[in-house]
Amino acid sequence: MKTETRPEHFDPPSLIGALLRKLHVDIPLFIGLSLTALLSFVILYSAGGQEMGIIYRQAIRISLAFVMMIVLAHVNPHQFKRYSAILFGLGVLLLLAVLVMGQIGKGAQRWLDLGFLRFQPSEMIKITTPMMIAWFLADRPLPPKTRQLAGATLLILIPTLLIAKQPDLGTSLLVASSGAGVLFFAGLSWRLILSIIAVLSALTPVLWHFMRDYQRDRVLTFLNPEADPLGRGYHIIQSKIAIGSGGIYGKGWLGSTQSELEFLPESSTDFIFAVFAEEFGLFGCVGLLVLYLLIIARCLYIAGQAQDTYCRLLAGSLAFTFFVYVFVNIGMVIGVLPVVGVPLPLISYGGTSIVTLLAGFGIIMSIHTHKKRLSR
Amino acid sequence: MSDYYAVKDNGAESRIFNERLVAAFIIIGVLTSALMARLMYLQIVGHKHYATMAKENSVKIVPLVPTRGIIYDRNGKILADNTPSYSLDITPEQVDDMADTLGRLQKLLDIPQDKIDAFKKQYKRQKRFTSTPLLMNMGDLELAKFAVSRPYFPGVDINTHLVRYYPYGDLAAHVVGYVGRINEDEQKQLPESEYRGSTHIGKLGIEKSYEAELHGKAGYAEIETNVQARMLGTLSETNSEQGGSLYLTLDIDLQKTAYDALAGYNGAVVALEVKTGGVLVLASRPGFDPNPFVVGIGNDAYRALNESQDQPLYNRALRGLYPPGSTIKPFIALAGLEYDAINATHKLYCPGYFQLPGSSHKYRDWRKGGHGSVDMSYAITQSCDVYFYRLALSLGIDHLQAFLKKFGFGDSTGIDLVGEKSGLLPSREWKEARKKKPWFPGETVITGIGQGYWQVTPLQLARATAILANKGEVFTPFLVDRIVNAHATKPGSVANKSSLSLDPKHLNTVIAAMVNVVHSPRGTAKSIGYGVNYHIAGKTGTAQVFNIKQNAKYDEKSIDFKLRDHALFIAFAPADDPKIAVAVIAENGGHGGSVAAPIASKVIRQYLTSVRTEARHED
Repeated sequence: MKTETRPEHFDPPSLIGALLRKLHVDIPLFIGLSLTALLSFVILYSAGGQEMGIIYRQAIRISLAFVMMIVLAHVNPHQFKRYSAILFGLGVLLLLAVLVMGQIGKGAQRWLDLGFLRFQPSEMIKITTPMMIAWFLADRPLPPKTRQLAGATLLILIPTLLIAKQPDLGTSLLVASSGAGVLFFAGLSWRLILSIIAVLSALTPVLWHFMRDYQRDRVLTFLNPEADPLGRGYHIIQSKIAIGSGGIYGKGWLGSTQSELEFLPESSTDFIFAVFAEEFGLFGCVGLLVLYLLIIARCLYIAGQAQDTYCRLLAGSLAFTFFVYVFVNIGMVIGVLPVVGVPLPLISYGGTSIVTLLAGFGIIMSIHTHKKRLSR
Repeated sequence: MSDYYAVKDNGAESRIFNERLVAAFIIIGVLTSALMARLMYLQIVGHKHYATMAKENSVKIVPLVPTRGIIYDRNGKILADNTPSYSLDITPEQVDDMADTLGRLQKLLDIPQDKIDAFKKQYKRQKRFTSTPLLMNMGDLELAKFAVSRPYFPGVDINTHLVRYYPYGDLAAHVVGYVGRINEDEQKQLPESEYRGSTHIGKLGIEKSYEAELHGKAGYAEIETNVQARMLGTLSETNSEQGGSLYLTLDIDLQKTAYDALAGYNGAVVALEVKTGGVLVLASRPGFDPNPFVVGIGNDAYRALNESQDQPLYNRALRGLYPPGSTIKPFIALAGLEYDAINATHKLYCPGYFQLPGSSHKYRDWRKGGHGSVDMSYAITQSCDVYFYRLALSLGIDHLQAFLKKFGFGDSTGIDLVGEKSGLLPSREWKEARKKKPWFPGETVITGIGQGYWQVTPLQLARATAILANKGEVFTPFLVDRIVNAHATKPGSVANKSSLSLDPKHLNTVIAAMVNVVHSPRGTAKSIGYGVNYHIAGKTGTAQVFNIKQNAKYDEKSIDFKLRDHALFIAFAPADDPKIAVAVIAENGGHGGSVAAPIASKVIRQYLTSVRTEARHED
């Protein structure tokens, strides 16, 4: 039995369109992602001191990530579902390995050195966690019963805590929200959602107790950046100056003075949004946010069209996590959230996060392009 | 599992999911609006304010790195210093013809091509008015050569930095430690504002343990810059505060004596000031030169150190684990008296071996023919094994373990130095937990002569000896006597003191026997007892590196050096008013009496001489 997919609605049957479909690529999503990637080069050139080297390196990384995306788009979603538990288990084992090696090496460790390459298991778990939770819930009646909720919570907590212990607060936040996203789409009752939020807020002082000194410092600086003009507070102050001085229309491309004069630290990585806002102003910012929203909207649409529960939950959660990325990064740069190390997705320089992000979009494309034809 | 087979209501699930999609859209919309509102606030309402700030943002905050505190020994000799290091820096905008300048400099100072290439790469990335180093750590000859020709090189300057220097090199490397470049992981953990601009951090030893005190407080300067970020002038300065200087209890001259005396062996010497617990000597041989670590030791040099058979990077005094051998006998004798397991005058017969009832295994005495009839004093003086096999057996492992624990065995001493090992004091519980086997009487027997699972560090052994010398006063050994900074002098570490209530009569019996070890004609360390005008209380020890088979003859000359027994010696002096306690371990030294005891004797003599000279000066 061949289960070859053959989307019906070729309209208009352009050559490129046909080719992209054969490639299992979703055209609107592909266009949105490509635009963002192009934007990344434009801003990086300015933020990175107008050096081509940084652009080349980013281009290599993004190309690799696009290849990864297309490869995953070819895999049938049933395969993702079948291997969800195994991949998740493997991810957790690798996280444990990193932790053990870190303990031996004395100090924080996020990498697993395989000799020929260095691998960051926390990146892999960002995708396998929602896969696992979706797999865990999909074949049971929804909304999930208490017992399944408890199981799912435990499954989310394992990688979250392992990563928080590395310590990598930003990534553990993303992993937790990717798992929570699945629960949300599975129909976790509103009453429960609100009570969880209430309990978490009440637990803040407890969390404070478990934080490391430098993490506490970050929270304190967030509350009062002026208290530490040399340290973390400096980032926030400078980033606000950069954004605010951009105004409505911005200073124009390559016109950023704050990063050019090296007032703004980490201007090509976590704080790249500040450079963007300074050069392109409020118009640019709104444009970028709209671009992100369009990508997210397309993903949510795909989730709505998906044929089985697993695909729906997974696509919905991946889209939701992408939004968390955007929200946490921009929120931190504009000073409404504390500084946690989350990059601006697809735009910040470096990091393996680009590969992981596009892998997620690959899965979403796979879900959309492998649909079986239903009788209408 | 009933859920699993429950009927899924696909229609209802779709409905829920679609409802959630709508909710997600709404949540995302609301949160995005919040971001946009904030952006509007910053970019429309706050624009004027921030634009002015950006324009006035010509003030750069530059960190002023504090000078690291100096480390002194107890007599004020410098163990870790900051010395100037010179670098040759070039400011591109002041150079007319870079290629020509570099060519002439290369000829003048004989600079290798790779340094020139590295410089070329680096300076192109910098702004034209910032200087880039071409040469680091210039030697005197290079400095002199350049100084003469300086007028011909506009834009080329010599700059001075402070670099950590350890004048005593390998002698105290394990104690003082070293600083090295801050790595990525350390960067994340360090308080950012204090370490902005700092390049080095303590990595080992006192440098690491007292990093917070040594580092000092960073200051910062507000520097006015123009639009191209060229510095125009300094507006204000908050001065940095030099790190606190540390005065150690260590006596570097005594350390040198100990280190030199150990020549030919790997091992450790620890000497403590009995009255205070201050560490006088903490020597580990072989040592290593810490200075290359400051500038960044090369991979090959590091590998050579790390993979050397003699393990020079390993602090044997603090981390070396050895069986205590016969040095433990005075403590076991004391346990026997305290638990009333034996009477000091009671004599036991030593035929040269000991057998457990119903067993044919012979626990041998070091003297083949045996010692005959021995009392406690004689058993310690002659280090009779059979006496202690029997004493250990009648005490039992539980009593032995409980008593020795009080002297700090099996536990870290709490010294103010990172990386201490806690050793191992075997007990019934430990064996059951770790080896999943019950404790055998035979193991109690060999515990009596400090063999078996036992593991002690030289520091532990020295401290236990000092506790004995102190008549049961227990203290925490420490290295830093006081920390002196601009504002105040404060003590280094607080030494906890407590007391084991031991019967003075029992103590005197054991100490008298230890004096006999050195000063009686039959003592195992009598060679060091001649010609001294004070009494030393000591005990020799020999720790087996491997077990000799039953009936096999132990021939020192024929076996490999690495398999020879470790030589140990513990001592304190003067016996009637103890001032110094010493523990010596010479790996593969063979005999405690002939190898380890003379080392301890040299340390004791030098220390007591210096103390007496001091006392005379004070009079």
